[in-house]
Amino acid sequence: MKRTLVALVENKPGVLNRVASLFRRRNFNIDSLTVGRTENPAISRMTIVVDADSEKIRTQLHKLVNVIQVQDVTEIPDVSRDLALIKVRVNSQTRGEVVQLCDIFRAHIVDATTDAVIVEVTGDEDKITSMTELLRPIGILEMVRTGVVTMTRGEHVLSPNGYKMRPGGNGYRTNVL
Amino acid sequence: MKLTGAEIILECLLREGVDIMFGYPGGAILPTYDAMTKYPQLRHVLVRHEQGAAHMADGYARATGKVGVVIATSGPGATNLVTGIATAMMDSSPVVCITGQVPSAVIGSDAFQETDVTGVTLPVTKHNYLVYDVEELAYTIREAFHIARTGRPGPVLVDIPKDVQNAVTEFVYPEEPIELPGYHPPQRATDEDIAAALALIEKAERPLILAGHGVIMSGAGREVLQFAEMTQTPFALTLLGKGGLPETHPLSLGMMGMHGTGYANLAIQNADLLLAFGMRFDDRVTGNLKTYAPNARKIHIDIDVSEIHKNVRVDVPIVGDLKTVLGQLMPHLKPLEHKAWLGQIRDWMEDADERDIVNRDVGERLFAAHVIHDMWRATGGDSVVVTDVGQHQMWEAQYYPHQRPHTLLTSGGLGTMGFGLPAAIGAALGLGQPNVWAIVGDGGFQMTLQELGTAMQERAPVNIAIMNNGFLGMVRQWQEFFYEERYNATPMHNPDFVKLAEAYGIPARRVTRREDVIPAIEWANSITDGPTLIDFVVEKHDLVYPMVPTGADLDKMIRRPLPSENAI
Ligand SMILES: Cc1ncc(C[n+]2csc(CCOP(=O)(O)OP(=O)(O)O)c2C)c(N)n1
Ligand SMILES: [Mg+2]
Repeated sequence: MKRTLVALVENKPGVLNRVASLFRRRNFNIDSLTVGRTENPAISRMTIVVDADSEKIRTQLHKLVNVIQVQDVTEIPDVSRDLALIKVRVNSQTRGEVVQLCDIFRAHIVDATTDAVIVEVTGDEDKITSMTELLRPIGILEMVRTGVVTMTRGEHVLSPNGYKMRPGGNGYRTNVL
Repeated sequence: MKLTGAEIILECLLREGVDIMFGYPGGAILPTYDAMTKYPQLRHVLVRHEQGAAHMADGYARATGKVGVVIATSGPGATNLVTGIATAMMDSSPVVCITGQVPSAVIGSDAFQETDVTGVTLPVTKHNYLVYDVEELAYTIREAFHIARTGRPGPVLVDIPKDVQNAVTEFVYPEEPIELPGYHPPQRATDEDIAAALALIEKAERPLILAGHGVIMSGAGREVLQFAEMTQTPFALTLLGKGGLPETHPLSLGMMGMHGTGYANLAIQNADLLLAFGMRFDDRVTGNLKTYAPNARKIHIDIDVSEIHKNVRVDVPIVGDLKTVLGQLMPHLKPLEHKAWLGQIRDWMEDADERDIVNRDVGERLFAAHVIHDMWRATGGDSVVVTDVGQHQMWEAQYYPHQRPHTLLTSGGLGTMGFGLPAAIGAALGLGQPNVWAIVGDGGFQMTLQELGTAMQERAPVNIAIMNNGFLGMVRQWQEFFYEERYNATPMHNPDFVKLAEAYGIPARRVTRREDVIPAIEWANSITDGPTLIDFVVEKHDLVYPMVPTGADLDKMIRRPLPSENAI
């Protein structure tokens, strides 16, 4: 069963590498991993979807010095979003079909040329999968997905604020990549 | 005070209480070697191979409980450390490695002797750093020592580009507390944990303590022994747990696991409660996990949360420092008795005595087990013993009972051949006492024997005892048991180890008969201002018994046959 973990990590060079290396050497399968900044510039946030024993992953991640917090949020009500950009080949007949599908899926056409349109669709994984299945016969030219980001609903908050940290970042880059 | 990065490194080492470091120079670390000339109070030991430096620092750390320090250059210098770092990682030994790196401006350009050392060592360090800014240097080194020695200890590497070592800055030692938002080693158990543990302890009829390395690292030997005596609970030790509790104690069952005592393994399989104290249920101690301790409830106390439920699911997991947690538990303990259980264990022990090789007359032949047992007698059981890896390591674990913590240093988790001699040199230099023995196999000794040069140059008081069986004995044993006696790549033609030692100016002897064992050991002990070597020419074909084959049930041991005319 798929499990979703969210982690707060220090915004330091190599941290993504540490996390990825841990997954590989412990033989944990990652379904998707997204990472980005939070409102605290010193801390980044990861959403990790795995198909494995998430308790083992959580405790192993916790051991990395740069990982501040890890939570398994699978059982907590949440909002999860994946974003896809899908470039579809169109002609005068199929263009209307794509517009209709976008209506149904509340997707947007964000670029259009005579031969192609780019569709932007946001939603959970299932929604994006159905959208791709319907666009496939029309002709998908290329596609990119961000991977899932997750936030729990309501009172349950994973805040990146309030941690005691030393300022300064080893001179060079300050991001987890 | 304006200092160079190199000087800052050494200032920081002094403030961490470092008095000795093990290293090897090279281009990218030369600024630091040059700065050493201004810090004569920091003793530098020149090794013969960087692997030796890592094992020496590890041996130093295991013997003294302090952080061991390694210095090496970039590229090949750093990659040579990897085996030693991985060894320290697997056995939770606190070591800080300082490596030179090519100048920061050329990092990533495949510069001469450039290796991505933080990348290479990422999976085998507790944490590592690449320092780009001299302003960060002092704080980083402080943090490195903090991480190495706290929580579950381990190796930390700090990679420092040459230009950072040369850069000059105003040196202010950072005194502010270390703030690591993601690093808070656990200490105390919750009240619920303690209550849950007590409930199991009071109900148990056949309890058993499994004492691991954590007993020693937490300094909890006294508490564990009190617990054992008060609740009349027998204890078995892991290989790295040896020394944590006195092994000649009536409640001691000796070592558990693959080459553990039969009665320790039988006790595990028949127990109704296991108290796992600072151990991690390694596959070498559990055998088949499916049939492991089938009737036992389990209480697991460990400082590393990721060890909980990793190999064995437990009933009461407690994440914390063992000494602290036992301190919370003890006031609630009531004295208990387990007479029937202890009686049962005593019966198992008697059967084992009969099979034991040390209780047999073996005529003219010299057995490694006898040599090690005689060494135990001749040294009053009070030496610091460092082993290599193989049959001799298991015989030491079986025939040299330890009484005090930090007196057996051995590569358990990684099983690194070549560990013995350099780790013994590090221990001897750290302890400054002449009772350190390296028990090594003829195979493993030859993996790092170049460190005889270091022992000679530093006059390290280490006594080297080679258990020379002319074979990679432990592998030969597996070939005998599991590969129908096809002895491929295990017989070895060895040099004359006595002459070899003498070439280094190290006094040496060869022993081939039992009656010469104790005099030779006494001779070696009488030389206290430098190394000695004894080449014990032992039985080639002996086997370590009992043995639980890999993956077999823990009580399905291959045991030494009962005495008969031909069997040994
Ligand atoms: C670096 C390394 N290579 C290979 C092994 C596999 N191995 C384990 S024990 C052993 C034989 C050791 O032979 P020796 O040092 O002579 O000790 P003995 O078993 O004969 O006492 C070998 C090859 C190892 N543990 N470490
Ligand atoms: Mg051998």
